[in-house]
Amino acid sequence: MKLASKSCLPFTLILSATAPGLAEPIDFNRDIQPLLNKHCAECHGGVKQRGDLNLTSRALAQAGGKSGEPLLVSGRPEESELFLRLTHDDVDLRMPPKTPLKEREISLIQNWIRQGASWPEHWAYLPLKKASPPKVLKQDWPANEIDHFILHRIEKEGLKPSPPAMPGSLLRRLSLDLTGLPPTVEELQSFQSAWQTDPEVSLEAAVDRLLASPHFGERWGRHWLDQARYADSDGYEKDNPRPNAWLWRDWVIRSINDDMPFDQFTIEQLAGDLLQDADSSQNLATAFHRQTLRNTEGGTDPEEDRVKRVIDRVATTTRTWLGLTLECAQCHDHPYDPLTQLDFYRLYAFFNEADEGEVQIPVDTGKTLKAAVMKGHGKRKTYLFHRGDFLQPEKDKGVIHPGGISSLHPLHSPAGNPSRMDLAKWISSRENPLIARVTTNTIWLHLFGSGLVLSPENFGSQGQRPTHPELLSWLADFFIESGWSRKEVIRKIVTSQTYRQSSRHRLEYTSHDPENRLLHRQNRKRVEAEIIRDLHLSVAGLLNAETGGESHFPPIPEDVAAQSFANNFKWNVSKGDNRYRRGMYTFFKRTAPAPNLMTFDCPDSNTSVTQRNVSNTPLMALATLQNIVFHEASQALARRIEENPALTNNQQRVAYLFQLALSRLPEKNELHIVLGLLKENHSHYLDHPDQTRELCGENNPSLAAWTATVRIITNLDEFITCP
Amino acid sequence: MISPEEFYLRTRRDFLATSASGLGGVALAHMLGSDANAAENALTHFAPRAKRCIFLFMAGAPSQLDLFDYKPKLNELDGKKMDPSILEKMRFAFLKKESATLMGSKRTFHKHGQAGMWFSDLLPHLASCADDLCMIKSMHTTQFNHHPGQLMMQCGEPHFGLPSIGSWLTYGLGSENENLPGYVVLLAGRGSSGGATLYQSGFLPSSFAGVRFRNGDEPVLNLRNPKGISPGVQRRGLDALRKLNGIAHESIRDPEIESRIAAYELAFRMQTAAPELADLSGESEKTLEAYGVDRVDPATGGRGKGGSRTWSTFSRNCLLARRLAERGVRFVNLIHASWDQHSNLDKELEFNAGMSDQPVAALIADLKERGLLDETLVVWGGEFGRTPLGENRPGRKPNTGRDHHPNAFTMFMAGGGVKPGFHYGETDDIGWEPASNPVHVNDFHATLLHLFGIDHLKLTHRHGGADKRLTSLTRESKVIHDLLT
Repeated sequence: MKLASKSCLPFTLILSATAPGLAEPIDFNRDIQPLLNKHCAECHGGVKQRGDLNLTSRALAQAGGKSGEPLLVSGRPEESELFLRLTHDDVDLRMPPKTPLKEREISLIQNWIRQGASWPEHWAYLPLKKASPPKVLKQDWPANEIDHFILHRIEKEGLKPSPPAMPGSLLRRLSLDLTGLPPTVEELQSFQSAWQTDPEVSLEAAVDRLLASPHFGERWGRHWLDQARYADSDGYEKDNPRPNAWLWRDWVIRSINDDMPFDQFTIEQLAGDLLQDADSSQNLATAFHRQTLRNTEGGTDPEEDRVKRVIDRVATTTRTWLGLTLECAQCHDHPYDPLTQLDFYRLYAFFNEADEGEVQIPVDTGKTLKAAVMKGHGKRKTYLFHRGDFLQPEKDKGVIHPGGISSLHPLHSPAGNPSRMDLAKWISSRENPLIARVTTNTIWLHLFGSGLVLSPENFGSQGQRPTHPELLSWLADFFIESGWSRKEVIRKIVTSQTYRQSSRHRLEYTSHDPENRLLHRQNRKRVEAEIIRDLHLSVAGLLNAETGGESHFPPIPEDVAAQSFANNFKWNVSKGDNRYRRGMYTFFKRTAPAPNLMTFDCPDSNTSVTQRNVSNTPLMALATLQNIVFHEASQALARRIEENPALTNNQQRVAYLFQLALSRLPEKNELHIVLGLLKENHSHYLDHPDQTRELCGENNPSLAAWTATVRIITNLDEFITCP
Repeated sequence: MISPEEFYLRTRRDFLATSASGLGGVALAHMLGSDANAAENALTHFAPRAKRCIFLFMAGAPSQLDLFDYKPKLNELDGKKMDPSILEKMRFAFLKKESATLMGSKRTFHKHGQAGMWFSDLLPHLASCADDLCMIKSMHTTQFNHHPGQLMMQCGEPHFGLPSIGSWLTYGLGSENENLPGYVVLLAGRGSSGGATLYQSGFLPSSFAGVRFRNGDEPVLNLRNPKGISPGVQRRGLDALRKLNGIAHESIRDPEIESRIAAYELAFRMQTAAPELADLSGESEKTLEAYGVDRVDPATGGRGKGGSRTWSTFSRNCLLARRLAERGVRFVNLIHASWDQHSNLDKELEFNAGMSDQPVAALIADLKERGLLDETLVVWGGEFGRTPLGENRPGRKPNTGRDHHPNAFTMFMAGGGVKPGFHYGETDDIGWEPASNPVHVNDFHATLLHLFGIDHLKLTHRHGGADKRLTSLTRESKVIHDLLT
């Protein structure tokens, strides 16, 4: 198809005249890729290649185009088919067919071509660069390399970083981020006095202590469980319990406490069974991929369900380790990224060949328990499925052999036909540009509330670009150089000045950096569902802080348990202080999850989740005000305050309460409000002995007044927010 | 860089969106300003016809062939085998193809209303509302197992982690009541296969998840004060809480704190509004009787029975649905789970139809009488249909029930801008598949959103690299304009 290209010239000239910021350099990733994805990819992407044109990568784009006209002529938009077709005055030839691009968008493309039509590889696929930390003006600010990257941007934008958080606040932040438990009053006081002597030394000591805490593995293990879609039941209609699922959950906690290098952590979970002389722990590790749902509903085709699990394993693996949405390529090539349907089925072949099995795991009691794991490699053949339908294997296209993603680094297979072990090594390879970026970004996300890449599960072209690409690259490199140590990355981040900043909002920057992308302050983070429960139990002194073991059954409403299909399952409330285990040990029944978790945005464990939602609803308020576990915590906390012989007056008691619950002393006006409330409550309960007994089990108006008062402190926004 | 005014709008919008049980929604957000996710979602592309929806989800799959889809030919062919070439491509949950035979219906059918809509003798009350109903007999789906099928119907695709219809509607439009959640779920009988996954918010914030209203005196979980906390103590405590949170906000300036203050105030209002909603003492004798609130389950129960008061619970839920609609709650999902009649079809269907018939008819009549039906869309249906073949699973008495059938099933709607007294689509002589005007579940979704003034292609949310929507991204779904007034 020949174009009367001259016909567009007048239009072009008008455009050039009105184009804003002609001199402004155009960045393909920032300015052009989103336009291509939005307006062109539907017909010229991985799914459809109308006119044989595929715009998902430069190579494909240059190769394509039925018309044979050059798509892009560097410096010459008027000779570039891409530009000409956007502006063609023949409606039948103009692209996109229905609605033309806006003038501003067209001029962006025009300027981009004029500036050389640079189309670099997508940032996430570029090899890691050992970027040297940039110079900064405020040289006394940085504590480490991270601060150079952050401060450099802050200064470039004409901003200033925030002052550091108060020591108590910092310790609370560290304790919640690293262990999910608040500092005790003793820890708080000794940290504050050590801080007086030497802030750096006291900080390092606190970080060492928290990284070594057994609760560190619980805290960071739970993040991993979200990605692994861990649950204690099968899901679907029958949703049968998985009584031994916790064995693998404990493997995760142990591995993270031991700071198992992340490459090994990866290899063991994806292919631990294939390690030479694999021990029971390495076999158990492969239960990562036994967290898939299982449908045992009558009439389910077992093969169909198996295929679903295999597909889920591909999707979860690529999302978790590579930040890619390869599942989109199940039915067709990826619409936006250079990922093909063949890539999907090559990865599929690895998991298709694997069998599901069981292994005996020795436990503390001397007994062994059966754990569901992955095993060996079977003989199943893999074919492309037409439109992803397992009933339509495309046998005419031949058997698909296991292999890596073609646009990434090569997958080595010393033994010929690649095994799951080769896949695991391919993923954890230093050559892999994604794994370290994706993993350090996720760590960052848990420490700052959002990642350097705001779409942590998608590093593809539809995801967000990093706010600090060089920092991400540096961190990823540091991660690998530290021997894939998550603890070292965390230590590096939490000892930075960037992390230590106050989280107070700065109104002067609301127009310049409203979402704090530059990190001119720390972000406040509402803590997760499990941690909210842990906090309440912890300050009440009720928490049973035992690590690991079977999942537990705290009280839930009867009708929630009954909701589970056909009542095939009984929620027998745990006895003794097992009802006060940490929230992460609550038995997770997929079709009837505990409301105290779900109300606070706990994921439903049916799909892999990297970043949880954070909502703020009246149902949450009702839960922490009224629900039995939180109420029991208020009752216990009140006793802890009221019966403490060391506290001799109410002022002291309120001060202690604040330290316990909020890791700080009350301000004068706060003290006034709390003492006022206490007094009102006290006179109320003096007049209402029945209510007093109902509230605290004895006719003790003082204890009742404290109970009604402490519950207000543990319902403060500050109580459930990492400062 | 954005202006301070825009920043104000944005934080205000975040505040509304995160605390959106009673407020918020993208539509409101859009009115306040634009953002990356919401800006594309210019809502109400069309004049909305419906403002709220009551979805009566008969999970398990009611037998359309014994309720609506009258097939005399099927009765004639009772006991005959089907053409094996048709069966070859089919997949069934339990049925053995080789020996399966067609099974006629034992029900008697009559035409009702001006449009001559067929109903079996099991649905006398609904038959009397024929002139208000818009019935689709040519529904079809892609799933033949319960949980995936239910996800398909409620979330648009047979996958987990997706928002349900009610989540999308409250996300898009918010709620009109400041004291109640925008999306309420009422359950009767035992649980459905899908459990809570049918009304979770998927990748949308949990403020858009369905809130389950319970039976009994605590309609919302944790609504009642702990023992010994009087309303006065609660109020004084909340006053102090507001002041303390206010002090924190003064110093920290995080808008999330304002949002938290609002959430606590809404929680307090809900403590009054929800029991008031559940309190039926102000309803007339006539109304209670029309819905059958005091009905006692017949002795012959079958698997439809979940506990001993399924009929009265269902009736009560229908009445609560009207009270919720009256109060502007956007989406009410009323779930009953036990329509999976693989055997003992006659008895069990009689029980279920008896449970559903009178109160649903009463609900439609009641909404109409109160002038609410025009703006309230009522939907009744399951996740798929049941086979014209009798079920012959080994080890059970053959041909006393029907297997799962995704090819064809019946749903009906009323009010909210759909044509009254109208039936759409026909199946072939034996009810095997649509013979005219097939309606895919996603077409049904597109139509439902259209009734709310929403273009199903434009109510989207970026997740996992794609702009997800209620209708499948891999299928071209269409609004069935013939169904609209």
